[in-house]
Amino acid sequence: MLRYAGKRLLAAIPLLFVVPLLVFLLIGLAPGDPAVVLAGDNPTPERVAAIRDQLGLDDPVWERYLRWVGAALQGDLGTSLLSDQRVVDMLTRRMGTTMSLVLFAMVMAVVLGAAMAIVASLRPGGLVDRLVNWLASIAIAVPAFWFGLVLASLFAVSYQLLPAFGFEPLSAGFWPWLSHLILPGIALGLLPAAEVTLQLRSALGQVLRSDYVLNARAKGLSRRAVLFKHSLKNACIPVVTVLGFRVAEVLAGSVTIEIIYNMPGLGSLAVDSVLNRDIPVLLGFVLFSTSVVVVVNLLVDISYGYFNPKVRA
Amino acid sequence: MTNATVLDDPVGGPDDPATAGRAGILRGILRRRSTVVAGGFLLLLVACAVLAPVIAPHDPDAQDVLQRLQPPSGEHLLGTDDYGRDVLSRLIYGARVSLQAAVQAVVVALLIGLPPGIVAGYWGGLLGATLTRVMDALMSAPSLVLAITIVAVLGPGVTNAMLAVGLVMAPRFFRVARATTMDVRHETYIEASVALGCSSLRTIGRHILPNVMPPIVLVISVSLGTAVAAEASLSFLGLGVRPPAASWGSMLSTASSNMGIAPYLVWPPGVMIFLTVLAFTYLGDGVRKGMLRSRSAGSKED
Amino acid sequence: MREQKTAGQPLLEVRDLAVEFPSASGGWTPVVQGVSFTLDQGESVALVGESGSGKTVTSLAVMGLTGVTGGRVAGGSVRFDGRELTALPEREWRRLRGPGMGMIFQQPTRSLNPAYTVGDQIAESVRRHLGLGRRAAWARAVEMLDLVQIPRAAERVHDYPHSFSGGMCQRVMIAMVMACNPRLLIADEPTTALDVTVQERILQLLRDLQEQTGVSLLFVSHDLAVVAELCQRVVVMYAGEVVEQGTAADVYFRPRHPYTAGLLASIPKPGLRAGRRLTAIPGSIPAPGSWPSGCRFHVRCPHRDPGRCDLRHPEIVPVGPSAQARCVRADEIELSGVTVG
Repeated sequence: MLRYAGKRLLAAIPLLFVVPLLVFLLIGLAPGDPAVVLAGDNPTPERVAAIRDQLGLDDPVWERYLRWVGAALQGDLGTSLLSDQRVVDMLTRRMGTTMSLVLFAMVMAVVLGAAMAIVASLRPGGLVDRLVNWLASIAIAVPAFWFGLVLASLFAVSYQLLPAFGFEPLSAGFWPWLSHLILPGIALGLLPAAEVTLQLRSALGQVLRSDYVLNARAKGLSRRAVLFKHSLKNACIPVVTVLGFRVAEVLAGSVTIEIIYNMPGLGSLAVDSVLNRDIPVLLGFVLFSTSVVVVVNLLVDISYGYFNPKVRA
Repeated sequence: MTNATVLDDPVGGPDDPATAGRAGILRGILRRRSTVVAGGFLLLLVACAVLAPVIAPHDPDAQDVLQRLQPPSGEHLLGTDDYGRDVLSRLIYGARVSLQAAVQAVVVALLIGLPPGIVAGYWGGLLGATLTRVMDALMSAPSLVLAITIVAVLGPGVTNAMLAVGLVMAPRFFRVARATTMDVRHETYIEASVALGCSSLRTIGRHILPNVMPPIVLVISVSLGTAVAAEASLSFLGLGVRPPAASWGSMLSTASSNMGIAPYLVWPPGVMIFLTVLAFTYLGDGVRKGMLRSRSAGSKED
Repeated sequence: MREQKTAGQPLLEVRDLAVEFPSASGGWTPVVQGVSFTLDQGESVALVGESGSGKTVTSLAVMGLTGVTGGRVAGGSVRFDGRELTALPEREWRRLRGPGMGMIFQQPTRSLNPAYTVGDQIAESVRRHLGLGRRAAWARAVEMLDLVQIPRAAERVHDYPHSFSGGMCQRVMIAMVMACNPRLLIADEPTTALDVTVQERILQLLRDLQEQTGVSLLFVSHDLAVVAELCQRVVVMYAGEVVEQGTAADVYFRPRHPYTAGLLASIPKPGLRAGRRLTAIPGSIPAPGSWPSGCRFHVRCPHRDPGRCDLRHPEIVPVGPSAQARCVRADEIELSGVTVG
């Protein structure tokens, strides 16, 4: 089991550095000169040259890339071109907001999605089943950032039931933290919740027709016991796979949601860095997002071992 | 090839006698009705986009400071935005941007994904393995993050944004193309055509492509929906369409900053994005079901 | 056949059972019709017929699992130990499945949940039905695995089903069912999916268990050869109905229905001389909903009498002291059974 996890981890690490390589290559190919942008209005050639020198922009792409990787492996992601702050510090300061938001959305996806799928499975083909299926397939088409806007305008602006903007860290108390997460979290969690619903419902449908479920009923177990013990664990495998894919999408979706709700997270940092061509910050953000995806995929792989004992062997 | 018919002509397709002859199950008809509605909606949207200059009641970019943030009225059916521009007109012109952008992105994805997919499936080997690794890496990178990065490097603008979205969607096309090619590669008639001395290019064109296209059509229709949503979020972030041009995403950005004064601005562009994405999803679903049905009907006829 | 019955009533009595499944056009298609047979305490009865004859549907109806598989019991009665089961509430059914009757299935590897250890799955039903605690239930699981002759039972109890072979899985299934001390064991083609060598050992195990525990057995099989070693009485089904029943001796040596004779003729015999052909019944069993008029077997029957067999659906009638057959020509035709020697 541990060896299996270790192998997956080793296979995943190169990915961390492939995506930044892509960024470096693109920068190498791209027109325009970050040094010129950075030098401000009416730059003197001397000033541009000084910045180029400072950033090592005259070196070949691969040299810059290797230097960046070497520093990154030692925990140094450079400094922002705009503010002279260390990128690592900027990321850690804002990480809590984004992680809270993503966590809220994923928890909602799992809890709501599982509840809907289970309720629907109680009577296959019944009214509830069809209603759930219909709602979920519509919810899949709702863009998260629009839903975020609608929620904000309804609950925060028109009725002022919940705080619409900003973020409070968990250290400020549980309710302030949670209340700032509810609206953006729901907006972000709707799509993955709908996907979990559809996936789990269809997986449960298959499992409920399996021989071992019939056998479990023949043993004298109730329908509920069969659903919760003999079906859910088996139906989880495709759902976990989808969740793994979804984390990347939710992380990406958090960018727009953070901007709508004015949350000081990584998303707004990323957009600012794009608009200002602040490449070190952007690379730090890319590395962070890719790490999250890699870690989540690893967790997914490991969880297969729990849900499907065959994988462990 | 009924599937291709369905997509080329979404309204006429389902009534195509070849498909209609296989009808019989009530559920299938109902499903097809949703496909017809989705296809009809998309056709209407295309018509709106093409005829925008004719049907738009106002110039979408004409500013009127005296008419700022007016709620819906007889003069401005959906109200005006923060520059006093007519929301309905901007919505109609926005359809142009959305559809054009979606097509751009899908064409890019098709160009980047399809040929390497066929190559990797047909020849395999080291080249195939390398291509697969690269596409896998692309696939597991957070898509919007990657798109944002690409926009950062290339600079904002619809074309650049869609280049980015297309690149991010390419692995889907690659995977399907590779898998299907590998499936048919070892069919006897293809081995035979190779043995008879047909060139690889000819074999691919004559025998592989016709097999790869039906599943690719399905990926296209799903990807169009994804691309519409992606364009909207990138334009919302200010990384897509450049002002003053109208896009559904940038209209939502306006709505976001004026939420307190003009909450009605949130609805028109959002509903349009939602309906368009939904229509593409249902169309894709209909295509998939149709494909399954024609396949099972085909095997029955054998 | 046993002469003395406990308090004069059979353990299981199925009368005029009818089961239907949803049809493609939205209605209900009868799959089993008018099935009647009895099974005494401690007796072994075989339910025999080609696949598609309604044996499994009948046995699932006895277990009250018709609804789980999507069908419904449309009529007739099933009495277990004198108690009517067709209208039993689900809560009562749950108490009956396990300690009352248990069932093992054709695909042992697919009947065990791949996500739980075999010990967990055996202990689960023991805890529920015998009210044992966690430890006692696991001890019982080990004891049962030992009983069905699984080597190193104390270790294997912690293994997952995928590490057991098909035959071993069937042993686990048997252990699971027998752990609750059922009075009736329904075995639905328990050896069909297994290798021939393994088949014999599973049959031997069932015989041993029956001797030790006195459990009654309803053995469902398409293979008359397998049945011969195990059962005192045989019920032959064809196209959703019983066409012949009697003691094993009746059915094997003096078959009265051409279908039974056909089944017997298709058993490969050990001393089969080269040159003598193994005869299979021509044609195939009609699907539910497309049963022919008259006798349902007449299309495939070598003894059919046009004008008689294809017009009226025959009743099942006594053809001897312990035998019944559903054939209008039962008294006119000469059928050969198994010859000893």
